[in-house]
Amino acid sequence: MAQKDFVLTVEDLTVSFDGFKAVDGLNLYIDQNEVRVVIGPNGAGKTTVLDLISGKTRATSGTIKFKGLELTQMSEHMIVRAGIGRKFQTPSIYENLTTYENLEVSFPRGRSVFGAIAFKCTSEVDERIRQIADEVFLSDMLHQTAELLSHGQKQWLEIGMLLMQDPELMLLDEPVAGMSVSEREKTAELLGRVAKNRSVVVIEHDMEFVKNIAHRVTVLHQGKVLADGSMESVQANPKVIEVYLGH
Amino acid sequence: MNPEKLKWLGGRSGLAGFVCLGLLVVVIMPLTLDIFRLNLVGKYLSYAFVAIGLTLCWGYGGILSLGQGVFFGLGGYCMAMFLKLEASDPISTKIQSTPGIPDFMDWNQITHLPLLWVPFRHFGFAIAAVLILPTLLAFVIGTAMFKRRVGDVYFAIVTQAIAAILSVLIIGQQGLTGGVNGITDLRTLLGWDIRTDSARYILYFINAGLLFICIAFGTFLLSTKLGKLLVAMRDKEERVRFSGYDVSAVKIFVFSIAALFSAIGGAMFTLQVGFMSPSFVGIVPSIEMVIFCAVGGRMSLFGAVYGTLLVNFGKSYFSESFPQVWLFLMGGLFIAVVMFFPDGLAGLFEAHGKPWLKRLPPLLRRWRRTKLATQGSTQGSTQSSDSKS
Repeated sequence: MAQKDFVLTVEDLTVSFDGFKAVDGLNLYIDQNEVRVVIGPNGAGKTTVLDLISGKTRATSGTIKFKGLELTQMSEHMIVRAGIGRKFQTPSIYENLTTYENLEVSFPRGRSVFGAIAFKCTSEVDERIRQIADEVFLSDMLHQTAELLSHGQKQWLEIGMLLMQDPELMLLDEPVAGMSVSEREKTAELLGRVAKNRSVVVIEHDMEFVKNIAHRVTVLHQGKVLADGSMESVQANPKVIEVYLGH
Repeated sequence: MNPEKLKWLGGRSGLAGFVCLGLLVVVIMPLTLDIFRLNLVGKYLSYAFVAIGLTLCWGYGGILSLGQGVFFGLGGYCMAMFLKLEASDPISTKIQSTPGIPDFMDWNQITHLPLLWVPFRHFGFAIAAVLILPTLLAFVIGTAMFKRRVGDVYFAIVTQAIAAILSVLIIGQQGLTGGVNGITDLRTLLGWDIRTDSARYILYFINAGLLFICIAFGTFLLSTKLGKLLVAMRDKEERVRFSGYDVSAVKIFVFSIAALFSAIGGAMFTLQVGFMSPSFVGIVPSIEMVIFCAVGGRMSLFGAVYGTLLVNFGKSYFSESFPQVWLFLMGGLFIAVVMFFPDGLAGLFEAHGKPWLKRLPPLLRRWRRTKLATQGSTQGSTQSSDSKS
C-alpha cells in the first residue's frame, strides 16, 4: 500500500496495561480530507487509540506515522506542533480565562517560554480569533469567562481552540456529548465545514450524528478493528450488530 | 495616561497599587517609624520577595513550593560570605590562631580558607552568586521534577525535603558554614559600615526599590501571554500540553524566577539584619513564607507584600505581648485565612474595598459640587475656572 497517500498510518499498534491489551494489533489508515468516525462499545479502546496517536499514552509496539513522521517516540507538544490537534472527552478549556484568551493562548505562535513573553496579540491574531469564534458560534461570548459558558459552548470552544492551531489532523473525542439536538446539528455542520481541508478522526456514540458526518466508520471491539467501511456496510454487518448496535 | 502604555504595569489598577504601596513603604513608614522599627520593616520586606515569587509560581502557576527558604537562604549566605570575609581581615582577627579567616572557622580548627569561600572575596562574584546560584539550583530541581511530571503535592513534599536537607547540611558543616549560629558579626560592605543608622536607612530604600523592580517585573510577566499560560496550566495542564506548549519549560521558568526573587530577598535580609543562619532555610521558615503569600492573597503581587507585613507585624506583636501563645495565634490566623477568606487580603479588597472605592468618586464629586456652589454664591467669577480644572 502506498503509505504517502495517507495522512495517518497506524500499523500493528498494541498497548498493554499490566498484561491487558487495550489496543491489540490495530491498523488504521486515514486519508486526506477524510472524516473517520470510530465507534464501539465501552472499553473497546477508542479513547486509548487517540491517546496513543497524540502521545498521551506510549505504545507497547507498532508504528504511528503522520505524513511519514514516526510519532510513537515524540512528546505530546511536539506531536501537536507537527500538526495534530486533540479534543478531550470532557470539555477541556481554561475556566478562569475569557473565551478570547482561551483562543489567544491556542494561537500557534510564541510557544517557547521567551516566545510567550514576547508574543503580541497583533491585529492578525485578533482577526483570526474573531474569525474562529464566529465559526464556532461564540462571537457574542468573546469576553465571557469560559466557566460561565454552557456545556455545549465549552465543547465548541475547545473545537475552536483546535482550529486556532490549524491542525492537519483533528482528533475529537465525543464532541457532541451532552449537547442538545439543535447543538448537535450545528456541530455536525461545523465539522463538515472544518473538514474541508483537514482530516478528522471522531469518536462518537450518537448514531444520528455519526450518519451525518462520517465518510467512513471503523468499529472497534476489544482493542481490535471489528469492521471498517461506509456507514451502511457497517450497520449491515452482523458482527457489529451483535456486539454494538444491538438487534 | 494612555492605557496601552500602562499595560505592562497591570493597567490603571496596577499603577494605583504601585502608588499605594510606594506611599506606604517609601513615605509613610520612614516618616513615622524610628530606625529600629524601620529596620524591622526592611527585614519583613525582604521576606516579601519570597512571597511575590510564590504569587507567581503558586498563585498563578499552581506550583506549591514548600522550600523557598532554600533560595532565600542561599542568596543570604552568598551575601554573608562576602561580608564575613571583609569583616575577617588579618588585623581584626589577629587574636585567632589563624588570622584572616572567619572566626567560626578558627574555632573549628580550620587553618586556611576553604576553596569554596575563596571567590567570595570579590564583590562582583558574590553578587553574581546571589543572582545565579539559587536560580540555577531551582532550574536543576525544576528540570528534574517537571520533566518527569512530578507535580502538586509530590513537588511540595520534595521541595520541603530539600529545605530540610539543606538546613541539616549547613548545620552539619560547622567549619564551612558557621553551623547552627550561621554567619554572624557582619560589619562592612566595601568599607561602608552597614550597622549605622544612616546605612540602615539607605539599605531600607535600596530594598524597597528592588522589591518594586521585582513586582514590576512580575506584573510585566503576568501581562504577557506567559501569564495567561500560567493560569491555563493551573486550570488544565493537559490542554496546554495539547496546544503545543512544553508545560515543563514554563514551570521550570516560573519556579526559577521565584527562586531568583527569593535570593534577592535573602541577600537584602543579610545586609539589613547583619547575619544569616540556617533558621531561615529549613522547613518552618519556608512554610511561613507560604503563609505570608496566602494571607496576602496568592493571586496578587501587592497582596503578597501586604500579607507579609501583616503577618510579621502580627508575629512581633503577639510574640512581644503573648510569648507563650503566639505560635497558636499564628496558626489560628492561617486557618482563618484558609477557611474564611481563601483569596486573602487581596480577595477581601476585591470584594469589599473596591466597591467602596467605586462609591468614593461620586461622593467626592457631590462634595466638590456643593463646595463650588457655596463658593459660586460668594465669588461668582472664580467658578468657571474652578469647574474647568
